[in-house]
Amino acid sequence: MMQEAAAHKTASEAAPLLDVRDMTVQFFSRHGTLTALDNVSFAIRPGEVLGIVGESGAGKSLTGASIVGLLPDSGRVTAGEIRLGEQRIDNLDRTRMRRIRGREIGLIFQDPQTSLNPLLTVGKQLVQTITSHLDMSAAAARQRGIELLRDVGIPAPERRIDSYPHQFSGGMRQRVVIALALCADPRLVIADEPTTALDVSIQAQVLALLQDLVRKRGLAIMLITHDMGVIAEVADRIAVMYAGRIVEIGPVRQVIDSPSHPYTAGLMSAIPKLGDRARRLVQIDGNMPRLDAVPSGCAFNPRCPRVMDICRVERPQLRPARAGHAACHLYPALPQAET
Amino acid sequence: MMVAQTQRPDRAASTPQLVVKDLRKQFDLTRSVAGRLLGHQQYLKAIDGLDIEIARGTTFSLVGESGCGKSTVARCIVGIYKPTSGQVLFDGVDIAQMRGRKVMLPVRRRMQMIFQDPYASLNPRWRVSQIIAEPIRTHGLLPDRQAVQKRVDELLVQVGLAPGDGRKYPHEFSGGQRQRISIARALASSPDLIVCDEPTSALDVSVQAQILNLLRDLQEELGLTYLLISHNLAVVAHMSTRLGVMYLGRLVETGDSQLLFGQPLHPYTRMLLSAVPDVGGAAVKRVAIAGDVPNPISPPSGCSFHPRCPFVQDKCRMVPPVPSMVQGRLVACHVLAEHGELPA
Amino acid sequence: MSILRRFANSDLGYSFLHSRVVVAAAIVVAVVVVAAVGADALAPHNPFDLASLELFDALTPPAWEAGGQWIYPLGTDDQGRDVLSAIMYGTRVSLMVGFASVALSMAIGIPLGMISGYFGGMLDSVIMRFAEIQLTFPAILIALLIDGIVRTALPRDIHSDIAVFVLIAAIGFSNWVQYARTVRGMTLVERSKEYVQAAQVTGVHPLLIMLRHILPNVASPVLVIATIGLALAIVTEATLSFLGVGVPPTQPSLGTLIRIGNDFLFSGEWWIATFPSVTLVALVISVNLLGDWLRDVLNPRLN
Repeated sequence: MMQEAAAHKTASEAAPLLDVRDMTVQFFSRHGTLTALDNVSFAIRPGEVLGIVGESGAGKSLTGASIVGLLPDSGRVTAGEIRLGEQRIDNLDRTRMRRIRGREIGLIFQDPQTSLNPLLTVGKQLVQTITSHLDMSAAAARQRGIELLRDVGIPAPERRIDSYPHQFSGGMRQRVVIALALCADPRLVIADEPTTALDVSIQAQVLALLQDLVRKRGLAIMLITHDMGVIAEVADRIAVMYAGRIVEIGPVRQVIDSPSHPYTAGLMSAIPKLGDRARRLVQIDGNMPRLDAVPSGCAFNPRCPRVMDICRVERPQLRPARAGHAACHLYPALPQAET
Repeated sequence: MMVAQTQRPDRAASTPQLVVKDLRKQFDLTRSVAGRLLGHQQYLKAIDGLDIEIARGTTFSLVGESGCGKSTVARCIVGIYKPTSGQVLFDGVDIAQMRGRKVMLPVRRRMQMIFQDPYASLNPRWRVSQIIAEPIRTHGLLPDRQAVQKRVDELLVQVGLAPGDGRKYPHEFSGGQRQRISIARALASSPDLIVCDEPTSALDVSVQAQILNLLRDLQEELGLTYLLISHNLAVVAHMSTRLGVMYLGRLVETGDSQLLFGQPLHPYTRMLLSAVPDVGGAAVKRVAIAGDVPNPISPPSGCSFHPRCPFVQDKCRMVPPVPSMVQGRLVACHVLAEHGELPA
Repeated sequence: MSILRRFANSDLGYSFLHSRVVVAAAIVVAVVVVAAVGADALAPHNPFDLASLELFDALTPPAWEAGGQWIYPLGTDDQGRDVLSAIMYGTRVSLMVGFASVALSMAIGIPLGMISGYFGGMLDSVIMRFAEIQLTFPAILIALLIDGIVRTALPRDIHSDIAVFVLIAAIGFSNWVQYARTVRGMTLVERSKEYVQAAQVTGVHPLLIMLRHILPNVASPVLVIATIGLALAIVTEATLSFLGVGVPPTQPSLGTLIRIGNDFLFSGEWWIATFPSVTLVALVISVNLLGDWLRDVLNPRLN
């Protein structure tokens, strides 16, 4: 989108590492066609953490899966383009996509239990991943594996590398998964709910590690989570998703402290905060629409406290709103921008 | 609700709704028969001596990380598990050692539970009205079909659903709506105490707010007592009157919710509070946290938190601390018991 | 009509109509079942009405062979019985024994499995050890054993009258373990689900929990086993009858027909054994295919 591209320039001069433009993902079944992602546009620059938030079913995980070509068989990217650096990656075949996955884009999933093969030692899995992406001898790969384990904060990596996944605790396992994602020195890591399965004390450790990696390696991270607290801790910018669309995107403090979109505003005030028992929580009534029944116009209009007539008819585009962008008719197109 | 009032004993006004005394629960993990015969038994002490008191119409919360035993406490209280030892006094009557379904029934009517998983907690093959009517039918609370139907419709409205929703099946509802159905079922027998086991942890934040508001409204309206089990400290802070922090089957700190959140004393409570990622932002000062929760099958000696505690002393490694009153709350910590505060 | 349309629109119906093999299997089963159940009305002859038998027509080949007649489409056996009619009546006996023994297996296996899974502990150990012991004996052996005991215990003429029931009991008793094990496993899963715990907290009687909560939720895998079990029971019955310990020749099943035909196989009268065998194989394969399809469709992990 034009405006989004313009905003990149103002926010930072660096060229985006990942540039997703007008991505639409549809699912085809005998019941008909479902539009699961609708005109999703965003960019991530090197060394940046972009948080993707939204409630379940909003399309956050699907956004990550679409970028790395891991859509289920019935789904397809039907419009838009995805660029990684200079390369277009939305039209690659399976083999070339597989090479990008792991090599250029590392993946971290929610459950460390399922991301690791329980029958192989951590070292074997690291060596396999490293040698499949990099031209390296097994011995060198093992050495690199030990270094990676040290980087992600596993004590005594020379010994631990020969342990099996079940010999690690939950937090340590997630560190191993992160080490695996970093094997080929990717430029971008897509982390889908990386701390959701962990206890708070462990979660804090893993988040600190992710931040550390961004700082030391200049990694870009796309952090998908439903937990606003996690996003607030580590993200530089946030994209808020609702019913398969991005409704607001902008710098983290601004989106959290003074959200532009009524949905984001509702979401923020719905979160209980430490130390305020007296206040009744602000609630957004109703539920997010199912993908087969997205209302016309703005998808949020039936639940919106500030709904106008135009919201029921015309779908709002992402337009500049304060320091970010919001898809809401409260922010009319330039030049008469006024809130 | 008529029923609830007529059966409530008069003396009850002064007794707490629920008192738990020295509750213990061990799980026998011995795998083989041979191991059992040879005496190589392995036990998991899920709850290791727990005392709770919940006043009428208030909310007591148990917080802690996974494996600390908080869900086991809930299940021992409602009778899904039999406690190994200890007392559970409901309205002053010990129900922990009650035997037989008939004896338990009157208590069961007055104690209900809301579960974590809105998908597993409703029988997928039953209609919603059948699900909600089950406690009414089980306890024979209403004389005929029409009366039951009328009550079910009332309950549906009370939890924010439509009377017509009773004809549908659970799969036709979203997670938040299913949790409302669970709440309606819990209310059906007009209970005094509702145990809420992670009632919102499977829900999205906007729906979580709806459910938490509903639970608070119902508490005010019906004078309900809640035992809330949660790992989400913000939810606990929002809901509780009093709170207990659990670590490896024991309470490390118990007291008034505002007091504990405002000024946590036990090193574990402090650590837990500072670890919560907060939307408040970077201003929060973090206490360094090291290590993992130990394996509950072989917990550390002495104070079970000592391997992770920055204030550890020799005594902590050997003697398990007994809860003592420090600054208006019960804390199980040697250092706090001796000095009244932690070293700076 | 609307039921049919609803079936066609459901996922089950969709998957059914889009698999040719399954549709073919269903047609075979339907044809065989209709022919068997309606044998009295549909069969061209009554092969067990001695008065109607023409000994002159014995060993007539099928109609399209030299010497065949169209009043005996599939030929006749050594006593002049029409093979087609005999198959129709025989299938009825086979199906009856199959259904009844599956029902018996279920009646034993499901309650034992549910009790075992729900209560656990000693009761579970006892029931499951017993099941395992029984599993070490082949089903046929158990059936032969039961048949043998009844044969020695009862006079011969009574035995002929109750032979079918002995067969049903023999097959039914030898197959209950599978139901018990499956239901036990499913019960363990369901019991730990929160809706069962909710019922326990409310104080619902364990018997009602099993009956009203758990049973409906373990029904679909049981249906799958029952379908495949039906095929197995029919084969077991045929085997026993072929060995001569099954139903008496006066009331032949498919297995009995095959045994009779077997005597003539080498003297050139191939049709007497072949057509009952083809019916048996077609029926069993089709029922198995339907069972496999049901298992795939009802298994949520594959969807």
